[in-house]
Amino acid sequence: MSKLMAFEEPVVKLREKIVELKTIATEAEVDMSGEIEKLESRLQELEKNVYANMEPWDRVQVARHAERPTTLEYIERIFDDFIELHGDRTFKDDASIVGGIASFNGQAITIIGHQRGKTTKENIRRNFGMPHPEGYRKALRLMKQAEKFNRPIICFIDTKGAYPGKAAEERGQSEAIARNLFEMAGLRVPIISVVIGEGGSGGALALGVANQILMLENATYSVISPEGAASILWKDASYAKQAAEAMKITALDLKQLEIIDGIIPEVAGGAHKDKEQQAIIMKEYITNTLNDLNKESAEQLVENRYTKFKNIGQYIEQ
Amino acid sequence: MSIRDLFTISRKKNTDNITKREDEKAFPEGIVTKCPKCKMIHVTKEIEKNLKVCTKCQHHFSLTAEERIACFLDKGSFVSMDDHLQTTNPLNFPAYVEKIEIDKKKTGLNEAVLTGVGALKGMQVVVAVMDSHFRMGSMGSVVGEKITRAVEKATELRVPFIIFTASGGARMQEGVLSLMQMAKTSVALKRHSEEGLLYISIMTHPTTGGVSASFASIGDYNIAEPQSLIGFAGRRVIEQTVREKLPDDFQTAEFLLDHGQLDAIFNRLEMRDKIATIVKLHVQGGVSHV
Repeated sequence: MSKLMAFEEPVVKLREKIVELKTIATEAEVDMSGEIEKLESRLQELEKNVYANMEPWDRVQVARHAERPTTLEYIERIFDDFIELHGDRTFKDDASIVGGIASFNGQAITIIGHQRGKTTKENIRRNFGMPHPEGYRKALRLMKQAEKFNRPIICFIDTKGAYPGKAAEERGQSEAIARNLFEMAGLRVPIISVVIGEGGSGGALALGVANQILMLENATYSVISPEGAASILWKDASYAKQAAEAMKITALDLKQLEIIDGIIPEVAGGAHKDKEQQAIIMKEYITNTLNDLNKESAEQLVENRYTKFKNIGQYIEQ
Repeated sequence: MSIRDLFTISRKKNTDNITKREDEKAFPEGIVTKCPKCKMIHVTKEIEKNLKVCTKCQHHFSLTAEERIACFLDKGSFVSMDDHLQTTNPLNFPAYVEKIEIDKKKTGLNEAVLTGVGALKGMQVVVAVMDSHFRMGSMGSVVGEKITRAVEKATELRVPFIIFTASGGARMQEGVLSLMQMAKTSVALKRHSEEGLLYISIMTHPTTGGVSASFASIGDYNIAEPQSLIGFAGRRVIEQTVREKLPDDFQTAEFLLDHGQLDAIFNRLEMRDKIATIVKLHVQGGVSHV
């Protein structure tokens, strides 16, 4: 049973009412099919309306939904022959980032992504998808390996952020993120990054210096969490809803700010409602994007990545 | 305010106060200046002559970008770039434009970084100096663009790029555009690096968040001034997450040096000489930069 999100309440309530009515009708042996039919068509309309008019804060709820498909769930549905590869060769294996090699439409690729847990136990093991430096260093190791063997790189971004901890600072969280940005800039293979859930700040960007950046319709990408922004702006984290709006963090916002290249539609109500269908849609988008990038030479890939990021920003020349 | 309060987001305090150290209060137009660390009373003129370093405890007071240029480059050699770039308000944040205007007047800068070409003991270099007196030295679109253009200039001239960082991180009011400046500056530095050119990052107080997690940490040489606060996440955030008391020297330059994150710490009084030596060792010998 998935968690109820506030914006879905009218839909869920109406659905419950219909079930209730059906039960009553059966128990009392009265014919209420006319009423039920009316309510069902009302429900359809309401659903359409609610999911078409989601506010930024509603999308934050969907992006954070416990049942939302994770990197590994997409990997198993989209890629063949996936072999997970572990460790940064220096300190340890950080389970909050997974990576490996696989086959995609017959082409060898490297896949890397943040990994949240679904249960409390798994979340503890995966540190809630918040990497330490060794996670980013593992990612970079796999990217360099991909470059050596001329494999495209596909990154899934899904993190609240890099882990803010003592050990993370001691081992150079800043340097690990910075190094990834710097090295990704020079990789001579196609890089596609897809924000599948939350794209939280530098910890997300460290898998994001790509030729093409895609976002799922309900994913978010931001410099600070809505709660963090709220506590700075209004000195109160409970204004997160307003902050989610003000900070422009939705896929549509990022498209309008000319940061991302495409939005991948989600099944009605969010990716968690139908993982299989969502994976099919995702696969189609990645296929098309990769087909285009496969045509570019190594020099073009590096040059286009440079130009892409060079052009991000808004200022006036006076 | 103690040093540990500097990088924390407080609900009670206005963000404007975050980087204001006692230094600034300690530097009015007055004749004497009190060191916030050892409480020693200095004659202001004397301490300015000493590059704003306390003669007793070596506390480094914060410098403006202009003061930094004056004590680092050859006299009169600096020509600034891109002073014409102006900040906009892409997210329509209330009062953002006004705040920028106030800091422009206060600092005489167009944004939180001053960039340009100059000479260091006769060697041509491109320099960027961040100024924490301008919106905490935070990085928005203009700061990112100015640094990127400065790096591109260094690549074009085939000279070293040297940056003095001082920043609270990415600027919140420009949202994800600020975040992307981390990537933008990094791609420019990568290109500079692939040309075999020298990049020196000198971290000064404070260098945190998105600036620490991008260009500040990827110098061929990562240098810092003594006691500077350098780190990714804020101290209070970390204390809340790990639920333990952090050591007093946590996230200081000395702490980073001890954990292998820095090449060296140079006192401000020796900074010009030491950096000039590093540049000289690259200009002469194996690979020629000029």
